Amino acid sequence: MPHRTFLGFIFAPLLAMILFIAMPIVSVVLQSFHIEHEQVVIQTETCGPFGCTYSTAIDTAATEQLRREQPLGRFVGLDNYLDRGHLAADEVQHAWRTAGSIGAFMTQLMNLPFYNALAFTLFYTFTVTPLVLVLGFAIALGVNNLPKLLRGPTIFGSLLPMIVTPLVGSLVLFWMIDAQGVIGKNLQLLFDSPNLSLKASATLTWVTLMIYGVWNSAPFAFIVYYAGLQTVPQETLEAAMIDGANSWKRIRYIVLPHLAPLTVFITLIQLMDNFRVFEPIVGFAAEAHATSLSYIIYTDLRSQITRFNSAAATSVLTIIGVAVLLTPVLIRTWRDFNRKRV
Amino acid sequence: MAKRKSPSLQFLSASFVILWLVLAIFPFVWTFWGSFKVEADFFSKADWRNALWGTRTIAETGDAFTAAGYFGAWIQEEFWRAALNTGIVVVSTVAISLTIGTLGGYALARSGYRYAFWLLMVALIFRAMPHITLVSGYLPPFFQWNVWGELPTAIIVLVAINQPFTLWMLHSFFLNIPRDLDESALIDGCTRFQAFRYVIIPVMWPGVITTGLFSFLLAYNDFTVTALLLNQQNQTMVPKIASFLGSTFEAGNVMFAVAAVVSVSAPLFLLVMLFQRQIVSGLTAGAVKG
Repeated sequence: MPHRTFLGFIFAPLLAMILFIAMPIVSVVLQSFHIEHEQVVIQTETCGPFGCTYSTAIDTAATEQLRREQPLGRFVGLDNYLDRGHLAADEVQHAWRTAGSIGAFMTQLMNLPFYNALAFTLFYTFTVTPLVLVLGFAIALGVNNLPKLLRGPTIFGSLLPMIVTPLVGSLVLFWMIDAQGVIGKNLQLLFDSPNLSLKASATLTWVTLMIYGVWNSAPFAFIVYYAGLQTVPQETLEAAMIDGANSWKRIRYIVLPHLAPLTVFITLIQLMDNFRVFEPIVGFAAEAHATSLSYIIYTDLRSQITRFNSAAATSVLTIIGVAVLLTPVLIRTWRDFNRKRV
Repeated sequence: MAKRKSPSLQFLSASFVILWLVLAIFPFVWTFWGSFKVEADFFSKADWRNALWGTRTIAETGDAFTAAGYFGAWIQEEFWRAALNTGIVVVSTVAISLTIGTLGGYALARSGYRYAFWLLMVALIFRAMPHITLVSGYLPPFFQWNVWGELPTAIIVLVAINQPFTLWMLHSFFLNIPRDLDESALIDGCTRFQAFRYVIIPVMWPGVITTGLFSFLLAYNDFTVTALLLNQQNQTMVPKIASFLGSTFEAGNVMFAVAAVVSVSAPLFLLVMLFQRQIVSGLTAGAVKG
């Protein structure tokens, strides 16, 4: 296809992506190096018979003008990144010097909002992703063993947790695990402790959020694996069976290697999606015990005085995180691409 | 292969699937059932079984089922307005995404040049961007241009955020349509666009419908963009539910949220029922191509 025709076809989507995905990233980077102008203060001196008094007033007009002329604000370099809400350079140094042990240092680190959010985001991403792969594969094997007639309805039921709005899905579970909800109440009866609440402890909140994450994403892995299972070569399986391989060995040495590309695909999608975990924290009202990078950006944007620059700095750090996550995949694709060309 | 398995293994695998199905479906059944009760039953202060028989509901309303939650949400809190907004946003987003996405996806599938590969890679990176980081980039300029809060703004943003995914999916569908088809049209003297319009469009519907379903889901389920880019008047359903939660402590409001949650899920259930095959093929389309 000639370049000109290609450009004609791709123009609209490309423009949309440049304007609303690439430009915002540039905008976020720019914002992160600036801070809003302080208000312009004028000092006036009133002298009377008993001496002079100084009074300060905010010059609204001048402030307005300054903000209009330089809408980005004052350039502050890396200050936004190093303040307490982000990388907290001073606090980390202080903690490093005063804390006696690694454990104590980590405890102090976890009290800083950015590190707390980062810890949860990473822990969530790297716990939920493998669990989703395992559970999805197990369900796919199970459904594959069912009689053909039952498979359709099973797939329908399995799709529901994934298809439903994330906020809605988390609310539905949240109401059930409430101390007075059906699961929460029965857990209290089961463990015979009337004050048991899944919301009260940080550990239980993390566990709940991750259970939600697995519940929500397992259907995706299931469907992809299930479709993959239909393409497993039957002759190889039968040959293995004649050679005396039991079902576990057939899965381990034939099915899993055959599905390896799908595993890579699911892992990639899951890493991207889990790293932006956000809605469940709103739905489970879990912000007291668990915040994610996306969530702290959201609170910056939703607070009474919108802290654009703070949100921008966190956004840039998040984007760097995504880049680190994607690098292995991109390097791999680049190698594959070059190998194909040679 | 299934027949040759031992009965105990069969039983184990079947019970595992049943357990999973209960986990997947029960929360929705429970919430649907509970949405017709009063709060004291849904959150059983005394006994969780009250929710089954509606003990408090009978005491408070005289009947085992009540539509008070739905009435409160849809009429009193004007959820219908949010539903209308969601309708506008979703239909426009899907229509625009598909129109420009099919053109782009077709070009990417047929180009053969190196830059097409790189564009797809860039789209993959764009797909990985957490939406909230993009939103924090939009807000200051949108405030300055005075376009914040309007429905068209949210629609355009959702279309753009949708594009990387739409391009990938349609690109892999177009790869499955044989090249000979449009190339013979080109030999017959069609321009590229004519070949696309008269030869490709008639055979590409399955792919477009599948991609459309996923665009629909993305726009319908979105919380991040709509919560931060729309004003009170233009609020869509999902942020509206979140706003019900803010006022939880007013009596009965939780039941508004429960009713709203059921109302939002209902169209999605219908969608899965009607388009299960397309959704399954869509989920695997990207995977098969790697």
